[in-house]
Formats: sequence, structure tokens, C-alpha cells
Amino acid sequence: MLGQNEQGIKKRMEGRVLLNKILMVLFFLATTVGLVFLVLLFYRVLTQGIGYLNWNFITSFPAPYPEKAGLWAGVMGSIFLMLIVAVFAVIVGVSTAIYLEEYAKQNKFTDFIRVNIQNLAGVPSIVFGLLGLTFFVYMFNFGYTLIAGGLTMALLILPVIVVSAQEAIRSVPSEIKEASYGMGASKWQTIARVILPASIPGILTGTIIALSRAIGETAPLIIVGAATAIFTLPDSLLAKYTVMPIQIYNWTGRPQEEWQYVAGAGIIVLLAILLLMNSIAVIIRNKYQRRL
Amino acid sequence: MNETIEQQKKTANVKIESKSTDKKQKNTEGRHVFEVEDLNLWYGSDQALYEVSMNVPEQQVTAIIGPSGCGKSTFLKTLNRMVEMVPIVKTSGDIKYRNQNIFGNNFQQEYLRTKVGMVFQKPNPFPKSVYDNVAYGPRIHGIKDKKTLDQIVEKSLKGAAIWDELKDRLDENAYGLSGGQQQRVCIARALAVEPDVILMDEPTSALDPISTAKVEELVQELKKKYSIIIVTHNMQQAARISDKTAFFLNGELVEFAETDDLFQNPRDKRTEDYITGRFG
Repeated sequence: MLGQNEQGIKKRMEGRVLLNKILMVLFFLATTVGLVFLVLLFYRVLTQGIGYLNWNFITSFPAPYPEKAGLWAGVMGSIFLMLIVAVFAVIVGVSTAIYLEEYAKQNKFTDFIRVNIQNLAGVPSIVFGLLGLTFFVYMFNFGYTLIAGGLTMALLILPVIVVSAQEAIRSVPSEIKEASYGMGASKWQTIARVILPASIPGILTGTIIALSRAIGETAPLIIVGAATAIFTLPDSLLAKYTVMPIQIYNWTGRPQEEWQYVAGAGIIVLLAILLLMNSIAVIIRNKYQRRL
Repeated sequence: MNETIEQQKKTANVKIESKSTDKKQKNTEGRHVFEVEDLNLWYGSDQALYEVSMNVPEQQVTAIIGPSGCGKSTFLKTLNRMVEMVPIVKTSGDIKYRNQNIFGNNFQQEYLRTKVGMVFQKPNPFPKSVYDNVAYGPRIHGIKDKKTLDQIVEKSLKGAAIWDELKDRLDENAYGLSGGQQQRVCIARALAVEPDVILMDEPTSALDPISTAKVEELVQELKKKYSIIIVTHNMQQAARISDKTAFFLNGELVEFAETDDLFQNPRDKRTEDYITGRFG
């Protein structure tokens, strides 16, 4: 049957092969667009900031002169903030995922909750800032403090943590769950001894990626009142605080050119911390995949 | 349905006939671990089991055979209520485990599954050490003492005829064992809970012939202490290792009889067609 159409098949063959080659080039170009801009960004930031980047810059408090200004308040503020965020978001997020995946009955209502959690992950961060301002700053009367910022950011990344924990829990093979139930284990025993240990790498990876999103966020923290310049480290949950992106944002807004370089140095530190966090996530994921 | 009841009567007759010939059955004759009556089961709107009634004898091997999709695994999983892990399952009828209604409101699934252990089709060890695998059951039931656990692990692995192979490798991850070893570790894990009944869902279908032979030998050993119900798609296996055999077809229990009788003198035409290889 093919023999009769051989002429036609040959003719179309060239067209198909050509189309494949053209598309391959287009896809490659699309890939380079992203890469080129990333390289440009790194180049600009590095050339501008490297001159101001030294140990003093990292360990100094803000100062009125570019040569003396430092990121220390921001670095420590970001670390404290992330600790609060991690504690709240992981406890609430993982509990939610456990409930939705293991306890909740599969019905329209839980479907509705699931879809909305995924939608929440797409809500602009500024909206979470307004939420935090209304609830944590005013209603709970925390004021412009570390805890208000931390809880706001925890809400921001909560949906991401819930979704990634749900996926991790769902990927635990049902065979080993059955093995546990088959010996008379209760649901909680099975969750604690089989499901969570098997899904912790996935949960950790999701958490670190969510945290690295939060550590770069600026908008919601401006709204819930992170300070632009403070000269002490936060010593309690109700202390004033600042974070790296806010300090960087503040420096970029100043008219003198030197401050742009200081901002560049700040961006390098922020990027380095981000890369470090993402690498940890990748390492955990690889280790986990090898083992299975 | 009428037919099924007829089969039951015939089965009863067979039982009486065979009583005098089979010495081993004498002391246990008449005692049942499970009494199933008019069991129907649906997955959503698809009915998977129709009016199944059968009594499972104590300390014997009961084989369940039938073609794929005939409901034999579903039936097995109903006995320890694992079938309910599929949320859309509905059942009607009665199952009594040692005279207790397993669907009763006061009857706990956890208790049932402690008494009725299960070995699955695919070896499913936990990604833990051999020791932790076998100690899992005792631990969830609250045993913490290291010495007691050591004893249980040794006894269970011996019971599953794998102690000699693994006694120096107890700390190794069970995932590194061969399929046959994994399956026997899973059997040891089930034994560690000291169940009364062991359900086996095609336990050798993922194993090579040598491992299969070892598991079959083990089943013969285990029936001295436990009542065993084994689903198998392999009729020779059923003939080799079981005392009684049930033949399922399209969700119905077609025939349930002494294994020798069922294979040599099937009473139902469909059983005969199946065991002579005319379909399935």
C-alpha cells in the first residue's frame, strides 16, 4: 500500500525533516534569550557591585556614606524572618497537606479547597502584604514588627508549601502504605512511620524553594512596615527589623551614583544566598532520587 | 444465585465424604475462621462480587483461583477490609471473623488487620533495614523493649525460612535484597504481628521459580500454625499447596470444594472448562 504512494511519501519526507530542523533552531533561540539576559544581569551586577563587596560591607550597619554602608541588619533580619516563616509555614502547610491527602474524604468540597490553594499560590504578593497589614499589624496589634512580617510572609508561601507537600505525600507508593495498614497500624502511625519519612525529602525541597522566593520578596514587607535603616539587630519577635531586598531597594532610590554600586554589592550577597539555598534543595533531591 | 446455594450444599456433602479419608482434618473440621454470607461488592456502580457465601476452614490452606478480573483479589481484600482503601467501595452481606461481624460498628479495622495479616502480590518492604521491617508490626503495637523485639525478629525470620540467609544482614536496607528474599521478609513481617489468618494475594507472581518453590514450601510449614487463604492465577500451584479451592468467575463463587475433588471431579461445567484450560 505504501509502495503506491512512494513518490508522495518521499516528497513529504523532505518537508517534514526540514520543519524539524527549523523548529529545533527556534527552540534553541528561545532558550538563549533567557540565558543571555541572565548573563547580562550577572555581568552588570558584578561589575558594579564587586568594588564595594567586602567583609566590612556584610558586617556593617547602614551608614550615611557609601564606603561605610553595610548589609548586616538586612542579612540578619532576613535570616530571623526566614526562621519565623519556616516554622509557621511548614507546620501549618504540612499539616494541611496531610489532612487533604490522607484524612479528607474525596468530595466536591475538598476539591474546591485544593483548587483554591493552587489559586492562592498565584495571588500577587502585594495582596498578602495588605492582608498582613490588616490582620497582623492592626487587628492583632503587632505593629511594624518582625513577627508581623514573618507571619505575612508565611501566608505568602503557605500555598506553595501545601502543594509541594501534597505532591510529596501523594508520591509515596501505595504498596508500602498498604503494608502498614495491613499490619493493623492506625492512620496516624502509618503517616508518622511510613508516609512522612518517605516524603520528607520532597517536603524539604519544596520548603527551601518557597523560602528562597520569600527571601527575595520586597513588596509585602514594605506594606507591613519593615524599616529601611536600623542600627541594631532585632532582639525579640516584637522588634523593628529590615531585610536585604528592602535595603537594596532603598539604596537604588538614592541620587548619588555610588549608592548604585552599593546596591549592586547587596544584590550579589542576596544572589549568593539564593543560589546556596537552591543548591541545597537540588542536593537533597538528587540524594533522594538516587536512593530509590 | 440459586446455583451458588446448590454448590454450597454439594460442597457440604463433599466435606462430609472426605472427613473419613483425611486424617489431618479431623481435629479442625467444622471450625471456621471466616464465615461469609451473601457478600456483594460494588466499585461505584460496577458490581464486582455477587452473593458470595463460603466458610474458610481453620489451619488449612484455602486457594482462590479464577481468571483475571474475576474478583478473587477483591474478595481476599474484603476479608481484612483493605478493599475499603478504594473510597467508592460499597458492600452488602455479612462476613464473620471468628463469630464477630467485621462490618460491625464496634469492630475496629486495626484489630481485624492485626489478626488477619496480609502478603501482597508485589514484595513491598519498607525502605528500611530488614530488622526495622520485621519489627514494624510489634512496634506499632507498642513493644519497645529491644530484647523482646530481637526475639520476635529472629523468630519471625526463622518462621519465614530466611533467618539463615539474612541473620548477618539485618541492618541492610531491604530494598537491596532479591525479590524472593524481599517477599519472605514481607512474610516474616506479617508473622511478627502473630496473626491468626494470613491472606496471600498472588505472592509468587513476581518471583522466579526457585523463590516460588521456597515460598510454597513455606506455606506448607505455616499452615501448621496459621489459617492461610491464597489467591493464585496458577492452577498447578493451587493444586500443589492447598487443601480447599474456590473457583471464582465474573464475581461469582462457582465452586468451592476439597482441592483434589475440585480438580479431579469438578461439579460445575464452568470449573471444568477453566481447569482444563478452555478459557482464562
